[in-house]
Amino acid sequence: MPEHHLLSEKEAEKILKDLKLTKDQLPKIRISDPCIRALDAISGPVEEGMVVKIVRRSRTSGVSTSYRLVVRG
Amino acid sequence: MMISGVTKRISAIKFAQLSPDEIRKMSATKIITADTYDDDGFPIDMGLMDPHLGVIEPGLRCKTCGKKVDECPGHFGHIDLAMPVIHVGYVKEIKKLLQSTCRSCGKLLLTGEQAAEYLKQRDRMEELGGDTLDTATVHKEAAKDAASRTTCPHCTTVQLKITLDKPTTFREEGHKLTPKEVRERLERIPNEDMIALGMDPNVSRPEWMILTALPVPPVTVRPSITLESGDRSEDDVTHKLVDVLRINQRLRENRDAGAPQLIVEDLWELLQYHVTTYFDNQTSGIPPARHRSGRPLKTLVQRLKGKEGRFRSNLSGKRVNFSARTVISPDPMLSINEVGVPEAAARELTVPIRVTEKNLAVAREMASRGPAPPGPIYKAGVNYVIRSDGRRIKITDKNAATVSEGVEAGYIVERHLMDGDIVLFNRQPSLHRMSIMAHEVRVMPHRTFRFNLCVCPPYNADFDGDEMNLHVLQSEEARAEAKVLMRVQEHILSPRFGGPVIGGIHDHITGAFLLTHEDSKFTREETLRIMEKIPLLDMPKAGTKVDGVDYWGGKQLFSLILPKDLHMTFKSSICQRCDECKKEACEHDSFVVIRGGELIAGTIDEKAIGAFKGRILDKLSRDYGPDTARLFIDRSTKMAIGAIMVRGFTTGIDDEDIPDQAKREIDDAMTQARMKVEEHVSAYRRGELEQMPGRSLEETLEVEIMKVLGKARDTAGQIAGRHLGMENSAVIMARCGARGSMLNLSQMAGAIGQQAVRGERLSRGYWNRTLPHFKKGDLGSEARGFIKNSYKSGLTPTEYFFHSMGGREGLVDTAVRTSRSGYMQRRLINALEDLKVMQDGSVRNTAGTIIQLEYGEDGIDPTRSVQGEAVDVDDIILSVLGDKGELIAKVREKGVVSYGIQDRDLLETPEEPEAEEEPEFDASGGEEG
Repeated sequence: MPEHHLLSEKEAEKILKDLKLTKDQLPKIRISDPCIRALDAISGPVEEGMVVKIVRRSRTSGVSTSYRLVVRG
Repeated sequence: MMISGVTKRISAIKFAQLSPDEIRKMSATKIITADTYDDDGFPIDMGLMDPHLGVIEPGLRCKTCGKKVDECPGHFGHIDLAMPVIHVGYVKEIKKLLQSTCRSCGKLLLTGEQAAEYLKQRDRMEELGGDTLDTATVHKEAAKDAASRTTCPHCTTVQLKITLDKPTTFREEGHKLTPKEVRERLERIPNEDMIALGMDPNVSRPEWMILTALPVPPVTVRPSITLESGDRSEDDVTHKLVDVLRINQRLRENRDAGAPQLIVEDLWELLQYHVTTYFDNQTSGIPPARHRSGRPLKTLVQRLKGKEGRFRSNLSGKRVNFSARTVISPDPMLSINEVGVPEAAARELTVPIRVTEKNLAVAREMASRGPAPPGPIYKAGVNYVIRSDGRRIKITDKNAATVSEGVEAGYIVERHLMDGDIVLFNRQPSLHRMSIMAHEVRVMPHRTFRFNLCVCPPYNADFDGDEMNLHVLQSEEARAEAKVLMRVQEHILSPRFGGPVIGGIHDHITGAFLLTHEDSKFTREETLRIMEKIPLLDMPKAGTKVDGVDYWGGKQLFSLILPKDLHMTFKSSICQRCDECKKEACEHDSFVVIRGGELIAGTIDEKAIGAFKGRILDKLSRDYGPDTARLFIDRSTKMAIGAIMVRGFTTGIDDEDIPDQAKREIDDAMTQARMKVEEHVSAYRRGELEQMPGRSLEETLEVEIMKVLGKARDTAGQIAGRHLGMENSAVIMARCGARGSMLNLSQMAGAIGQQAVRGERLSRGYWNRTLPHFKKGDLGSEARGFIKNSYKSGLTPTEYFFHSMGGREGLVDTAVRTSRSGYMQRRLINALEDLKVMQDGSVRNTAGTIIQLEYGEDGIDPTRSVQGEAVDVDDIILSVLGDKGELIAKVREKGVVSYGIQDRDLLETPEEPEAEEEPEFDASGGEEG
């Protein structure tokens, strides 16, 4: 399972600004996703509209970071 | 050709129902009679063919708009239904609405706050970039929540359970609700409450889902055809509308005459049936309406749905002009960029040339040649000339002279295909981008499309009857784009794995092998034969002189077509994987060393120039660019073909001949294996077999037997292999990677071995045995599908039967696999078709939402990088420092496989799994064509 990190409102805003994106353009992840439920238990309450940072390691591409928006469902 | 200056963007599309008022308002005429034509063959007013609905017969004028055929778009009419009926397309929505609203006051079964909460959730969803599907789920949840309430929060009425009796009957606790009652309920739903259920009261009302008026499509939508006999044949939709009208009429009469309730209800249901099948004749739960002949009618939904429907066959895919299709055949003398087009096709396919003052003379000359210029040499003629006013003139032999004189600047001349024109060439199934590539035309005699054999792998083409399509580009922009992006030479490297997909196959590889293996020598005459087809190559000085005769080395000749500064080191396909590599001194000549464009040691075979594996192709197209790579492939094809033709090459079943002594050895090995199996079986029967961990006793036995028999086949192969040396054509092909494998050979010369179904020895057929030739419960090798014979020695009847069983499984698997992967591909393409890589490297869809923040998560294009790196440092070191660079490279020991590092290079790179290893059963060749 790739690492999931919960971003604070401030961090999320900064990252969105850096990427020149708005929240609605981010890929999404459901709040019911097992990863988010685990994250909820580890780093405090996760709510709709929060941004999660995902760090993946792969044999071919090394380390890559992506961001997902937590949505209802 | 005019492009208007205004471009507009569709931001959204909204769907809504037509209200009965709208249906009547847009109607050109009311339809009341089921008859279409009178006795004189004229359409009846207010019938289904009323002239107000548009014209289909040439010469007549539309009674509504006064225009002629092709000008009049057609006009809707309408039928007033005697009693309301349910629209099948909306039953799901109607059910949802009935269940989630109050049966007496019509309000939503949620309190105002609850409804507001759902709306808030929806708005939040939209704000976070949810699409319509996401918002639809919120509305669905709201409806579900409301449906679960048993009493109305507004008027406290107890709600009864509403069920749907498919396809169109609603029941409330078993009591039937007529469409009229349903409509009344829907009418009671207040506008405000619809919003929470996902409907927009500004554009539609729920009661409109119950039809009181039926729109009648214009005649242009359902044209009748006049048969040769003079009879009229009506469209299926017209037939269905006649049914609706007829029943509607009877229902009205009966109701107005005060007929018994039962009769009226029956007719009402019949009307419902006809209206339902008018929309969708494949509604589950009701029998499809049929034509008199018994053929089911093709009604509205059937026109749109599925592979033959409007969307997939008329909108997503269309038939095109300026295209050709014919059988393909090979031509090694063509460049990989070219395609041979038959003259007959070239004279039909045209390219529009805009005439200017500069090309006026040329255009006139071409036009004067007419549509079929005479003479033995192909010259492009002209089929049509388009005048400045847009009029199209067909050129014939008779008018060619006069028309060509009239050609002026501003005209467009449609000239025949000529050498060098850019066309698109395609073979279905088009599974990847290399399935459609741009080629340059070479007009040739005969009737097939021809291309270089190196281009077979990307198209997955062979010449057992395959056909391919060709499309002629019609604009300068298209030609430029195709030339830059789609030319064959731009696709030598595959984006799938970053290696070459275009390269030598079969005889091309064998030829290169014969040319370069060991100390091959060629006389002056032979050398000239090898080189004569390659332009711009000068004859080199003779390599060696034996007894006063000049000889040229094969390696020396091959070096002629290599770039002068090429350095490479790798192992070729024939490498035996010895425990200790002797490098340049390899006794099999399988260690390839290229220095300064000279092939110093090693054999050129599949690893060097083969499609999928060719290391030289890989390096050339990456480091020297597609032009150099193309030139190399073109020349190597000709050189390899030259070499194989100088030496001559053939194979036959006698290539698998082995001495009688070897045959006896194989027989002995087989007998031993059989005895060993019997030993295992008797040990098992005596209960002395030692059980393997995690396996049952039976499984242990099977594993042991499989082991013994597998070894037996290998032994047979080895015995046979001892007598099949490198002088054997079949072995040459197998070892250099041209065709076939050593396994194939050992099955032909040694023994075929165990046949398997689902990975197990054969066991099914009769009760407790495979065939009645064996005893029940026989576990021996012959009884369970072991074939000790070879393809050459011939199979016994039982062996032949077992072999067919194994072969059948392979065939079934391929059939299942292709159909399943085809469907999977379709779904994938549909899901991914609108994605593109943006300027910032992100992958986005057309809505601008991110799919990947960086393409492939690393932003790397495999065709433009070396193992993910921008440059291959070791390769550069090697080419700058020469062989001295080896030391440095060795020290660096980078974790990548590169061209340069010798030791790295020589580690076994994982073999690319050959995708197209043919099932052994398919020995007869292709079954297409």
